[in-house]
Amino acid sequence: MEFRATREAYGMALVDLGKKDDRVVVLDADLSGSTKSKEFQKQFPNRFFNMGIAEANMTGVAAGMALTGLKPYASSFAVFITGRAFEIIRQSICYQNLHVVLCGSHSGISVGEDGGSHQAIADISLMRSLPNMKVIVPADYNETYLAVLESANIEGPVYIRTSRAKSPVFIEKNKFELGKADVLRHGNNVTVVACGMMVSLVLDAAKLLEKEGISVEVVNASSVKPIDRGTIVESAKKTGRVITIEEHTIIGGLGSAVSEVLMKEYPTRVLRIGIEDVFGESGTKEDLFCKFGFTKEVIAKKIEEFLNG
Amino acid sequence: MEDFGGLEHIAKEIRKDVLVMLNKAKSGHSGGSLSVVDILVALYFGGIMSYNPKSPSWEDRDRVVLSKGHACPALYAILAKAGFYEKDLLWTLRKLGSPLQGHPDARKLPGVDASTGSLGNGITQAVGMALAARVLKKKYKVFCIMGDGELQEGITWEAFMAASHYKLSNLIVIVDFNGLQIDGKVMDIMNISPLKEKFEAFGFRTYEIGGHVYKNLIDTLITAKRNVVSPTAIIARTVKGYGVSFMANRVEYHGVPPSNQELEKALKELDNGV
Repeated sequence: MEFRATREAYGMALVDLGKKDDRVVVLDADLSGSTKSKEFQKQFPNRFFNMGIAEANMTGVAAGMALTGLKPYASSFAVFITGRAFEIIRQSICYQNLHVVLCGSHSGISVGEDGGSHQAIADISLMRSLPNMKVIVPADYNETYLAVLESANIEGPVYIRTSRAKSPVFIEKNKFELGKADVLRHGNNVTVVACGMMVSLVLDAAKLLEKEGISVEVVNASSVKPIDRGTIVESAKKTGRVITIEEHTIIGGLGSAVSEVLMKEYPTRVLRIGIEDVFGESGTKEDLFCKFGFTKEVIAKKIEEFLNG
Repeated sequence: MEDFGGLEHIAKEIRKDVLVMLNKAKSGHSGGSLSVVDILVALYFGGIMSYNPKSPSWEDRDRVVLSKGHACPALYAILAKAGFYEKDLLWTLRKLGSPLQGHPDARKLPGVDASTGSLGNGITQAVGMALAARVLKKKYKVFCIMGDGELQEGITWEAFMAASHYKLSNLIVIVDFNGLQIDGKVMDIMNISPLKEKFEAFGFRTYEIGGHVYKNLIDTLITAKRNVVSPTAIIARTVKGYGVSFMANRVEYHGVPPSNQELEKALKELDNGV
């Protein structure tokens, strides 16, 4: 199995977008080597703007550029671009429904050693709460590349969440479709809806459970907003039990999005797995995933307990 | 000597429109709308800007970003006068369904180049527009009108830093320096002085002028347009509530419209040139 970080796909896709459209411009806030927007700078130095360590101004400048017809992509760590710049994203980008693509890299606890100060655990909730904003949390390198390419065709603002750590490359498709979830594994006993790095973990957990006779349906909801209501409701009708899992607080993120759909359209018991209203801390990604229960064994156990409960 | 009587006459009419709008709306910001009028009149009617009311999104137009968005009644009256829409629209200010929102909404009203209101959001967008001109190889100017109290927002200095770093000589910042903010005097609430020195230290060519004197406004704006080296800042010393004696320099009129009685008195004053 190949392992690559989703942030690398962001850089690759930006270069390809830049070749196709000379209205694509890229901004970063002194983290271009980490977010991988530097790849674009190498190819198109005149369309790359480093805005310094000033994320709020970077997003506002992106808005001003969008008002002139340019297609800005702005990136920083997820914690800074969605947190520090939140109010500018709200007023200057979302309120005007401007086509600005924001990329938050280094999301979740998989940031690792830098610790809780740098681990975005509420960025999905923040971005999801803003009218006009679309939220994409790709499951791997391939899907990130496709999502970034597709973002050029999406109207209005888009938030794409990427990760620092390498993770399995396993998604096989040719196109990312906003608002569409993919059933990656069919099952009858329980539905697990996941996004980001959690998707491959859930697939591994499903294989463990198969040996015990538990059939898990795995849904990749990389389009967190808009969310694919049809696929989620259809799966819930089949299995009658739904679990969500995300590398993010369980408040306001994917778990909330799925619960909101089911509450209205097909009330179902839902278990939300994620970060339970606490901050992250320093450690290796592997140690942190163990501590927070993001391993195939722990996930399998939680699924089993939920089915028995 | 040049005669600016024409512009002064327009300004008087705009101030009357603003007061009637605010009175009909029964809410809104009187003081800061009146202080900014002469700056806007100089820009739109003093031969400074290129714009086309028949084609509000003309790509080569000069842009105005009203970063102190609460002064929008003045901008709305100016845009009507310039022919972007019928004057009757002014009386719908702040009413349900009106394109004249409580703070400027670029998506609803032709002639508004950026949605503003939350302070500091205008200047950062203005920097983006000015920088975009470089990519698009356009020659337009971006005029950003800011409040003095607004400069307390940290993002404004992030934006100035970027404007200077990228040598955005097509950006002209005009500070409507009326000295007052909601809670009192700017110098008492959170002092921003020495402002000229601050702008200069941030790399702006900076001028300090009387903000109700047309000769000063026009001459300085023409000079600013010729600057090809750096962004320009014009600190325009103004009087909050200018033109209406009982509102002038009174912090109480920051966010309060004139009552019927006050309106009558104010219109009379403006007509008689008190």
